[in-house]
Amino acid sequence: MLPEAIEAMTEQLGRVGNASSLHAAGREVRRVVEESRETIADALGARPSEVVFTSGGTEADNLAIKGLYWARRPRQRLLISSVEHHAALDPAQWLADSQAAQVELLPVDEHGRVHPDTLRAAVERDPDDVAMISVMWANNEVGTVQPVHVLAAIARDHGIPFHTDAVQAVGQLPVSFAESGADALTLTGHKIGGPMGVGALLLARGLTPVSVQHGGGQERDVRSGTLDAPAIAGLAAAVRTAVKEQAEQQRRLTALRDDLIERVRRAVPDVVLNGDPDDRLPGNAHFSFPGCEGDALLMLLDARGVECSTGSACSAGVAQPSHVLLAMGADAAAARGSLRFTLGHTSTKTDVDRLIEVLPAAVERARRAGLS
Amino acid sequence: MGMRVLAAMSGGVDSAVAAARIAEAGHDVTGVHLALSANPQSHRTGARGCCTVEDSRDARRAADVIGIPFYIWDMAERFQRDVVEDFVAEYAAGRTPNPCLRCNEKIKFAAVLDRALALGFDAVATGHHAQLVDGVLSRSVDAGKDQSYVLGVLTREQLSHAIFPLGGSTKAEVRAEAARRGLTVADKPDSHDICFIADGDTRGFLAKRLGSAEGPIVDEGGEVVGSHHGAHGFTVGQRKGLRIDRPAPDGRPRYVLSIEPVSNTVTVGPRSALEVTSISCERPVWNGPEADGELTVQLRAHGEVYGCRFEERDGGLVIDLDRPATGVAAGQAAVLYSGATVIGSATIASAA
Repeated sequence: MLPEAIEAMTEQLGRVGNASSLHAAGREVRRVVEESRETIADALGARPSEVVFTSGGTEADNLAIKGLYWARRPRQRLLISSVEHHAALDPAQWLADSQAAQVELLPVDEHGRVHPDTLRAAVERDPDDVAMISVMWANNEVGTVQPVHVLAAIARDHGIPFHTDAVQAVGQLPVSFAESGADALTLTGHKIGGPMGVGALLLARGLTPVSVQHGGGQERDVRSGTLDAPAIAGLAAAVRTAVKEQAEQQRRLTALRDDLIERVRRAVPDVVLNGDPDDRLPGNAHFSFPGCEGDALLMLLDARGVECSTGSACSAGVAQPSHVLLAMGADAAAARGSLRFTLGHTSTKTDVDRLIEVLPAAVERARRAGLS
Repeated sequence: MGMRVLAAMSGGVDSAVAAARIAEAGHDVTGVHLALSANPQSHRTGARGCCTVEDSRDARRAADVIGIPFYIWDMAERFQRDVVEDFVAEYAAGRTPNPCLRCNEKIKFAAVLDRALALGFDAVATGHHAQLVDGVLSRSVDAGKDQSYVLGVLTREQLSHAIFPLGGSTKAEVRAEAARRGLTVADKPDSHDICFIADGDTRGFLAKRLGSAEGPIVDEGGEVVGSHHGAHGFTVGQRKGLRIDRPAPDGRPRYVLSIEPVSNTVTVGPRSALEVTSISCERPVWNGPEADGELTVQLRAHGEVYGCRFEERDGGLVIDLDRPATGVAAGQAAVLYSGATVIGSATIASAA
């Protein structure tokens, strides 16, 4: 966590009072929550009333996707990109399986990008029946940045609510809710140096998704549950700091990442960079290593102090061929032989040096072990 | 400097203690849980099965407590091909396979071992109850838990890269040690059924894959005494579930004597007709010291042990028992012992 977030959060931990209580202690906590709301709104180009606190990105995505789908019934079409995080994809799939939603997965190009023409054509097949559209701001696996502004404008032309999961984008790219044209935007604390277990859905005024969980209606009557004031204070501090430092961070990480990509290519000439070569998250480098099993490579690098990730794991922890890479047209073997290197605010050139030092031997060894 | 050891961790108490022991002995240990099912269930029900999500979590927790790195390896495709499909094909051919043994032979000490060696490990350790000293395999000190039988098919080469740290302890000692080490799996029930048949209904599992086709149940004289829905639902020596209306002339229970998959015929007869003393085997594996002195043979997991002599014949093996055995099924392994030490093994082809 960022020191600013730790400080803001720990300052609140000793405090008593529920933000919904009317007494003095409650009012004090309420003040912290509301100031946090204003901070976040200010940093992300939203109005304070547009900030709905949640327990994190997954809850925000569920609220946006299920809630807007339900609110817009009897419309049945739900358009969502094929490269979404499971926090968005799975609620949509659930709506299809049990709520009669017609979920249409928007195809992507080989870099993982949803083309505006693709969305436009999909909408225009039957615009009146589209309940909502969801396309992430930037992809968590391959780092590709989506043309969110253009996509949101297409939705707006037809009066269709547009949600974007911006969990990866906040702090990495300039993000303004108002300028994006989106009606709902997901962010989460732990991706920006804030606490885990807290996030927010930025929700345009006048848009009322049906609640996913029912109770006291604390957040605009669409989200219930006692507010976690310390975490919210930590989230606000993290958002403020991350957004303030975003431009400098982007510059620094882009340079570091380009160096990493260049040197990985030199060390392993047949490596394939996945995702958009230019329009990608500054801290993201995602590769396929032909002939390697991603999890074998991960284990070898981990043993030498380099921590990286394969695509995503199922609940048992088994590496699954990434749905993102498959959607981009990769075959299952290439998808399994992939690794993501993520750079963040603590990453330095020394980390990249270390990777380049151990990578060639690890790749050679993983190749010998082959594909199981 | 110790060895680099891959500890296969099922999520059970045995493999957790095995991993803890080798780590404590100073080896560089990495825990690996083998995901063997492409669609794991979330919970175990009772003693049945393995490789659920809960098991992988238990294995991870054990690795945390021991303080070793932990990964999950996806072996589902290999397991499906080399164990599950083999199991079905063996039944379809009228034989009675032992999938645990096949898993050791083809997965743990083949696919996993090969991958481990390629990735720079020196050995694979498991929680099997068997002793392995200087490459020589022998029975666990806990006769009731001994698993040397299902390891008896391994080659010398495979055994040279195996470590079985539990062979010198009883199961009770292993459980007590797990509790002492703070391993929460200490009182987890033993798994003993076929792990990929979650509900324990082997016949239903086979029927789903092999279909059902009515066929005759005949007695030794060839007279039809009943019918069945697929010969693959039977195993030699089986007594229950024959559903024969007519009692045998002598009123004694009848047992499955043989299974003929091509004509889909199951032959039944009295227990005495099940008794065999000569067993023909194929594909012998010699993985122990020279046969010496009194030999014994074990013909199924946790089965009885018979004194025996053997003779190599046409690349196979003929084993003569010193007293009759019953329920000897083709497809099972015959593991030869000298005292507690495994000499070798072979696959049973027929018995008379």
